[in-house]
Amino acid sequence: MLQSLYDLVDKYHLVAAFAVIGLTMYLAYWISERFTRGKLHGSAIAIMLGLALAYAGGKITGGADGLADITLFSGLGLMGGGMLRDLAIIATAYGVRFDEVREAGVRGVMALFAGVVVSFVAGGLVAVGFGYTDPVAITTIGAGAVTYIVGPVTGATLGASSEVIALSIAAGLVKSILTMIATPLAARWIGLDNPRSAMIFGGMIGTTSGVAAGLAATDARLVPYGAMTATFYTGLGILLAPTVLFLVVRGLV
Amino acid sequence: MVIYGVALLAGCMMLGLATGDVLGHLLGIEANLGGVGIAMLLLIFATGYLKARGKLPEATVSGIKFWNAMYIPIVVAMAASQNVAAALSGGAVALLAGVLAVVLGLAMVPVFAGKPSRERAERGASSSGASHARAQPARAAHR
Repeated sequence: MLQSLYDLVDKYHLVAAFAVIGLTMYLAYWISERFTRGKLHGSAIAIMLGLALAYAGGKITGGADGLADITLFSGLGLMGGGMLRDLAIIATAYGVRFDEVREAGVRGVMALFAGVVVSFVAGGLVAVGFGYTDPVAITTIGAGAVTYIVGPVTGATLGASSEVIALSIAAGLVKSILTMIATPLAARWIGLDNPRSAMIFGGMIGTTSGVAAGLAATDARLVPYGAMTATFYTGLGILLAPTVLFLVVRGLV
Repeated sequence: MVIYGVALLAGCMMLGLATGDVLGHLLGIEANLGGVGIAMLLLIFATGYLKARGKLPEATVSGIKFWNAMYIPIVVAMAASQNVAAALSGGAVALLAGVLAVVLGLAMVPVFAGKPSRERAERGASSSGASHARAQPARAAHR
């Protein structure tokens, strides 16, 4: 009986995931209402619950996909994977006024370049602080602080050791996950409450999943603006980190 | 029909991703450069064009709105499938690098946004605030 139920959930994993996430959302909004009187968004709590479950899933299975590595919850991987996530992000653009995008466009592009450089420098400085002297290692860890995709791509291009590449991925994951949690908490202080600052935020932080979840937890109306700039961030990082930024690091070290 | 809306969304996505791929190739990087952002702009233009000609009935719109509304649940599923364990086991270098990148990035947002955010936050606290009203048109256009 239990086995057949288990098989059923495994077979219809995406549908099961819809049910699991629906329950999670209900629980999160209940917590938000009951314990924070709506001060902390239900969506912010849902994302934190998701991250906590992902940690538990990763610890139990040792896999890379959080809770989705547990067979019973494998549908979460498809539901929260890149394909449906990007489809939903694009759908949020419906109803956006182009004027607002254009108005913040120049600042958004400036923020993009600044965001890649600032994150890279932050990661690079930490690497130097921990005693790394090899420019390849410093660049790779700096690139990891850009996003967890830029790190390994840069490391592979420059021929970094697998240890350093793993470190760069971990740095990018920390950035992404911290963004999900810290954005709703910091939103007031950084004026993240309008389309313009959302576009700049997307350019400064850039890590797509972090920006997507951080804005969802703050104010879902801001999602399309932040996502629009963030979508260029990883590509720009891959363009700059192994080339210009690496040359600068090699010149300085 | 609802599927028209979903197909429009999907078409914009594929066209945007293809453009992003071409851009990446042209710049010699193994990545999609802004495909999702391009797709978003395509959707804004396509729906704007159709709406102006009265060719965007409610049923079509609901095909887009469904995925729009699924955004937060999808993000929660995404959060639940992140590699949190690896992030926390990366050691002090990874932790500090990630934290510093986020802190500096967030701190730079008001610098680029121009207007001092403190003043805006205070105004936002007392009334709904001018900045809040700025976000409204996006909502209003949803109808």
